[in-house]
Amino acid sequence: MMRFLAIASSEMRILRRNRWLFTATLIMVLFALALTFAGSAPTGSLGVDMLTVSVASMTTLSVYLAPLLALMISFDAIAGDADRGSLALLLSYPAGRGEVLLGKFAAHLAALGFAMLIGFGTAGAVAAWYGGAGPESLMALARLIATSILLGGVFLTLGYLMSALSKTATAAAGMSAGLWLVFVVLFDLGLLGAVVMDEGGVFTRQVFPWVMVANPADAFRVWNVAASEGVALTSGMAGAANALPDWAAPVSLLLWPFIGFAAARLVFRRIEP
Amino acid sequence: MTDKALEISSVSKDRGKVRVLDDVTLTVQPGERVALLGHNGAGKSTLIKSVLGLTPIHGGAIRVAGAKPGSGKARTATAYLPEAVSFHPALTGREQLTLFARLSGEKADVPGLLARVGLGEAMDRRIGAYSKGMRQRLGLAQVLLGHPKVALLDEPTSGLDPISRQDLYAIIDELAAQGTAVLIASHALTEVEARTDRIAIMRKGVLVADDTLEGLSARAGLKTKLRIRATQNADAVAAEIGGTRINGASVEILCGPDQKMAELRRITQLGEAVADVEITPPRLEDLYRHYAQEAGQ
Repeated sequence: MMRFLAIASSEMRILRRNRWLFTATLIMVLFALALTFAGSAPTGSLGVDMLTVSVASMTTLSVYLAPLLALMISFDAIAGDADRGSLALLLSYPAGRGEVLLGKFAAHLAALGFAMLIGFGTAGAVAAWYGGAGPESLMALARLIATSILLGGVFLTLGYLMSALSKTATAAAGMSAGLWLVFVVLFDLGLLGAVVMDEGGVFTRQVFPWVMVANPADAFRVWNVAASEGVALTSGMAGAANALPDWAAPVSLLLWPFIGFAAARLVFRRIEP
Repeated sequence: MTDKALEISSVSKDRGKVRVLDDVTLTVQPGERVALLGHNGAGKSTLIKSVLGLTPIHGGAIRVAGAKPGSGKARTATAYLPEAVSFHPALTGREQLTLFARLSGEKADVPGLLARVGLGEAMDRRIGAYSKGMRQRLGLAQVLLGHPKVALLDEPTSGLDPISRQDLYAIIDELAAQGTAVLIASHALTEVEARTDRIAIMRKGVLVADDTLEGLSARAGLKTKLRIRATQNADAVAAEIGGTRINGASVEILCGPDQKMAELRRITQLGEAVADVEITPPRLEDLYRHYAQEAGQ
């Protein structure tokens, strides 16, 4: 426990010192505010408050930004130490490899959570101030923040996996960029292509929703959309979400951090520094 | 408590088809300083990583303070200094060493240790601003954490200036004095010569020598070189005592260590004809060349 805390506090200090925490929080605040103001137009026509619209826009933003920010911290976690030659030294200490990885994860998740909370929180507060908010839209905001942290957590563990798989930090950065592209962009494009080809057949009705929700980024989107009628209305994603049982997206998103961590831990264990 | 801090017996390791460690047996007693010499790729670092439990071995056994490599007990008993180590540039020396102290579970006097290795003034500066030598000193400071039973130092002098090297060996002596078994992998032969109790030489994964410097010289049978400078006629001196004339004024004789005094007496009998005698015993460099290249001959 002592060692886990030692690693976590040291990682946290690094994130604060190299301005990652500050930069990430600033990015979140700026993007969230920009989307809140730009997306405030349709409020009247849909009959929902401004915070609901804001949450819908920020959900779309978070699908791209949360994985990106997470990968930006995590790609260096193992490969960076290996590059510097300090990985062998670190592993010669009594801390186990799982403990090392968990310590880093705790610090990185806390930093990510801080950036999300401040970013979305600020934008949410501004939207509520100007355009009003109700219990339902506040709930949607809380859900957005919680699921964004969860989504970030998934990509933290996937970043560790990339970091453990590659020999250098540069290679890990490249692989992480590729991973982001696949999960966040190409996966959806591929599915879209398949649906168009299928022309409303069995694939579209039976298989497609499940394949989609297996991707953590899409599970995040579906969860936020399905849980709030207002958000679904403003984001126009109700169709796909309705085809799935309510538990599908939460289960996918909650399972992924464990899968990612286990995979990273497995590869990390085999590394000979 | 066992009387051997580090015990490596018949250890073998394969990497693909290449045998990188072949039946290596080496023990280090508490308080003993052993130098591990060898070319690049001879298997020194691999042996050290096997002792740390960072890489698996495929034959033989290793005991660190009586425990299996990589076990909690072995890790606690071991201190390690990797070759050309660096640390996260955003942390200060004090923060980095504090992290290591907390990882090792020791209550340590961090500022005191940093002052001991000469980083007293730089401890609150970021490691990113450190020179290579300063990073090496920081690495050395973490070796001193707690009271390790075994210290494994991989090329500890690389990047250090001559003064720092003196400091380094003073610290190694201190470690040995408190009962730590010290294994130093090195290229710096002349330093190792004066500062270690025993010398082990590796060649292509095989331990080809493991003895004191005197023992190694005796076994290698390397000749001591006597160079005699003649007062006037080098040819006459050469004719009188044998040996080869190497330039206008000098004659050279090679002899075993046991015949050295006999030869010297013969030379002094020449009286006025000899101006000077220079004696060169075999150096570690010659020994190293002898053992590390034996197979090539």
